[in-house]
Amino acid sequence: MTAHHKMDKADSRNRLDDMVQGLVGSPMDRPDGPLKVSGQATYAHEWDVPGMLFGVLARATISKGRVTDVASIPLIGKDGVRAVITDDRLLRRPAQGGADEAPPQGSRQVDYFGQPIALVVADTFEQARHAANILKISYEPMANAAFDPEAEDTPTDKPEDDQLDQGDLDKAMADAPFTVDQVYRTPGHNSAAMEPHCAIASWDGDKLTLRGSYQMLNFNINELADALHIVPENIRMLSPFVGGGFGSKLGISPEAVSAALAAKEIGQPVCVALSRPQVFETTMRRSETRQHVRLACGTDGVLTGLGHECLVSNLPEEEFYEPVTQATHFMYGGKNRKLGIQVARINRTCGGSVRAPGEAVGMQVLENAMDELAEEAGIDPVELRRRNVPDRHPEQDIPYSSRRFIEALDEGAKLFEWHKRNKTPGSLREGDWLVGHGMAGAARVNILSEAKARVTLCADGTAVVETDMTDIGTGTYAILTQIAGDMLGLPASKVETKLGDTDFPAGPGSGGSWGASSAGSAVFLACEEIRKKLAEQIGSEETDLALANGRAGTGESMRSFADILDGQDISAIGHIEPGKTLEEWQQATYGSYFAEVAVNAVTGETRVKRMLGVFGAGRILNEKTATSQCYGGMIWGIGSALTEELVFDDRDGHIVNHDLAEYHVPVNLDVPQIEVVLLEERDALASPIQAKGIGELGICGAAAAVTNAIYNATGIRVRDYPATLDKLLARLPEQ
Amino acid sequence: MKPFAYARASDRDGARAEAADNALYIAGGTNLLDLMKLEVMAPDKLVDINRLDLSELADTDDGGLRIGALVTNSDCAADQRIRRDYPLLSRAILAGASGQLRNKATTGGNLCQRTRCYYFYDTAMPCNKREPGSGCQALAGFNRIHAILGASEACIATYPGDMAVAMTALDARVEIENVDGAIRQIPIQDFHCLPGDNPERDNILENGDLITAVILPRPVEGKQIYRKVRDRASYAFALCSVAAVVQMDRETIAAAALAFGGLAHKPWRDETVEALLVGEKPSAQLFGRAADQLLAEAQGHGSNDFKIPLTRRVMISVLQEATEKGAAA
Ligand SMILES: Cc1cc2nc3c(=O)[nH]c(=O)nc-3n(C[C@H](O)[C@H](O)[C@H](O)COP(=O)(O)OP(=O)(O)OC[C@H]3O[C@@H](n4cnc5c(N)ncnc54)[C@H](O)[C@@H]3O)c2cc1C
Ligand code: SF4
Repeated sequence: MTAHHKMDKADSRNRLDDMVQGLVGSPMDRPDGPLKVSGQATYAHEWDVPGMLFGVLARATISKGRVTDVASIPLIGKDGVRAVITDDRLLRRPAQGGADEAPPQGSRQVDYFGQPIALVVADTFEQARHAANILKISYEPMANAAFDPEAEDTPTDKPEDDQLDQGDLDKAMADAPFTVDQVYRTPGHNSAAMEPHCAIASWDGDKLTLRGSYQMLNFNINELADALHIVPENIRMLSPFVGGGFGSKLGISPEAVSAALAAKEIGQPVCVALSRPQVFETTMRRSETRQHVRLACGTDGVLTGLGHECLVSNLPEEEFYEPVTQATHFMYGGKNRKLGIQVARINRTCGGSVRAPGEAVGMQVLENAMDELAEEAGIDPVELRRRNVPDRHPEQDIPYSSRRFIEALDEGAKLFEWHKRNKTPGSLREGDWLVGHGMAGAARVNILSEAKARVTLCADGTAVVETDMTDIGTGTYAILTQIAGDMLGLPASKVETKLGDTDFPAGPGSGGSWGASSAGSAVFLACEEIRKKLAEQIGSEETDLALANGRAGTGESMRSFADILDGQDISAIGHIEPGKTLEEWQQATYGSYFAEVAVNAVTGETRVKRMLGVFGAGRILNEKTATSQCYGGMIWGIGSALTEELVFDDRDGHIVNHDLAEYHVPVNLDVPQIEVVLLEERDALASPIQAKGIGELGICGAAAAVTNAIYNATGIRVRDYPATLDKLLARLPEQ
Repeated sequence: MKPFAYARASDRDGARAEAADNALYIAGGTNLLDLMKLEVMAPDKLVDINRLDLSELADTDDGGLRIGALVTNSDCAADQRIRRDYPLLSRAILAGASGQLRNKATTGGNLCQRTRCYYFYDTAMPCNKREPGSGCQALAGFNRIHAILGASEACIATYPGDMAVAMTALDARVEIENVDGAIRQIPIQDFHCLPGDNPERDNILENGDLITAVILPRPVEGKQIYRKVRDRASYAFALCSVAAVVQMDRETIAAAALAFGGLAHKPWRDETVEALLVGEKPSAQLFGRAADQLLAEAQGHGSNDFKIPLTRRVMISVLQEATEKGAAA
């Protein structure tokens, strides 16, 4: 029994508001929380598979060329080494999110430093690691590698459908009384999820079981099948717990295919885990960007022109590019517009989706430029943004679905007491510290993804939710339990949510913030179907049905499920598909950030003193997990602003700081008490549960609030992220 | 990790006896194990010294303190006598690493911790320190954390630690027992080496030499400051750190001991700078001259150029604070 729904029109029934169980929206603790903190949640590397061997990938130490020899023979059979896998099907790079097919294979061709070349398999992990370390690989290097995206002779191309030239921006710039014309740079990032990538492959005849750490099993299974040249029906992938993804586990990575190939060749299960440096070198990086922003406005602060032209990079032939201007297209008005993206083809680790691809860096820079324009025009930064909220999409002339941007600005300004801030840059000093305040807007496109989930109301009065959707630490177990609980009138303890198994109906995967609203809608639809069946059984209308605490009925006569079901489970699959509402309306989530920073007047060290984020993202399914997502995004925003940077050696393109000692994510002391406020909102066009995505919104512009505050504190604009102290030093006050 | 032999010593004689060729002592293991996993270091044998009787923090006859080589960083920083008489040391230790690491890290191991140079850590890169004669990839590479003082063409790495910088300003001595059981004490300033032509050598320890203690002289009057500048608020190595012990005699500076971290292959101390300050009245000009003196030969290598103005500013600021009126310890 499948309940299918295509999102072609608004659903303003707000059904979840009528449910009496009262779980949705509440800050319910994650059902998986106790398992995780007590070590009972089994992560990819923790499965105890009998007879398991260990594989370690050996890497390329050149940046471009061909492998001429892998000296396996001297290693095999000694010190526990079982095999050295150099199969042509080994992945050269990870699969992009949603690829649904194998990424480039065959590791004889070297495209970047650190690329996996061979898998060394041994009895123990230590033996495999040592053998991989001493494995001699010979190369024929090619000289024409490119490492610097901005070098003149680096080849570039322009994705055709991401170039916009509307009106006459040059003229708008020339005519306007106030303009900003600046170049900004953001560095590359690595997701640096807590759990490194890992896969354990075991074969039973033709059937492969792969336990791994992946975000989107619905696609991953096809990627793996394609890479191995087998049919997906012969694969079962399991990812019940994922220790963070942030985009790096959207597609399969080299460990998955190498583990499967090795296990097949040797005839024993094989576990392949990446070390931290390997995570940096062989999983997706966020591209560095160069962004040229031009803004023009009249004396009223209303934009007449907006330019956002960007240079990003990726490996040759990769289709993915960092979609920097994604939100710029719809965020602010301005008739004359020039937006574009250029991709430099360089030999560095593959570029791919990292939390909020596009907006994370694009909004960050756009919101810096808006701050500069506010100052030029002498208009309060909050007010400047309010004046530039367009009625309809400035390029496509379509309406917006619900958009609480202005409310987020106003609420944020009120709570932060923005009016009390010191308006003269560099003039507020407390001892050695220069204090400043800054704000920025937030926006992230909203996506609904095709998703299926099965819900079974069991004869014993419990319910089970099943989908291959993943919980990457975001709270999927919690919210799906809440939705099913409310729709079926069951307390959370009576609902079991099972995830991360490709034997279950295909969910949407965790990515692009669509997981909760898409998987949640599928569960909602399945539950609606079950409610209909229940209504039939007790001879009433579904809409008249009251369900609470395991009982169903119409008002007075409430009967227990066990009684109604009489030994028969009711099971239904919910199937949601995106439809016209995604094309005919601009759907996005919005918010605002406010930050107070202190910059050390002697050293230039910046410390964030307080930070507020106000967000509107449709119906909030769980206040606690949604808030945590926003915290996480804002913390990454602090990292983006101040510390995080992938450093590439410009002589060979290798990542210099490939560990967490030198790739500086923020630590506790870098993060002040962050306040998050979630606005009440229902987006009828977004999903049947009126929810939108919230997983990425918290980062989309957060860094700009910090750097705008640095400007307010010091009078120094850092346009080259991160704002490390060396970039401030020369212009700090004399001693 | 290359396979290695392991011996657990129960006393000093046993430890020294086990320490044959290419054997290394292991204490907390927080540095050595990391390097062994990456095969940056690949000893044939480890001698575990954790059972040795070197965990005591004891008063010395002349009013100082003897910090056993196995006293953990956490215990040392928390010790009441250290906090009262050598607050500089306590602050320096607490400014380093993380709580978990400090619980494991030992006094001897901390002194011997190796550089954090990125190229040293990556076995695919040429590095004279790891593989003498292979070249220095940092010199023309990314060298944000590298040395501006006392470096050589062969190596521009820094000694990354904090604890030893404070100990240098406190005129500590390192007690070492050699393979034959002979004990010697050397000033901590002479413990670490400059890279010169032999950057593979971090310090003066010879094969089998066991650090047994660090000895602090009796406490001195004056103000003690440890200022560490880094890329994030915690859990990052110093870009530049300043340890200062300054005594005032009314309006003039009576004594000044200044040691710098993050600038050189060893905690940096320049007695000509201190001589320039002693007997003078504090002033912006004086501090400026002292900074000029310190940095006269400083040389940046590209990404670490900023360390020169940074050090200047931090040093002046520390001296201002150290000589402020009414400033007691
Ligand atoms: C992520 C990270 C961040 C850090 N941040 C900082 C920081 O900010 N500031 C800082 O100062 N430190 C920092 N550290 C370094 C830390 O302080 C050192 O790892 C620690 O002090 C080493 O002590 P250990 O006892 O674990 O030494 P081990 O790892 O056991 O040994 C280190 C070396 O010392 C030798 N050794 C040990 N004991 C003796 C002895 N008694 N005699 C002779 N040789 C001996 C060993 O043979 C080995 O070569 C950091 C470390 C990490 C991993
Ligand atoms: S600076 Fe020293 S440690 Fe770093 S690469 Fe050069 S020789 Fe090696």
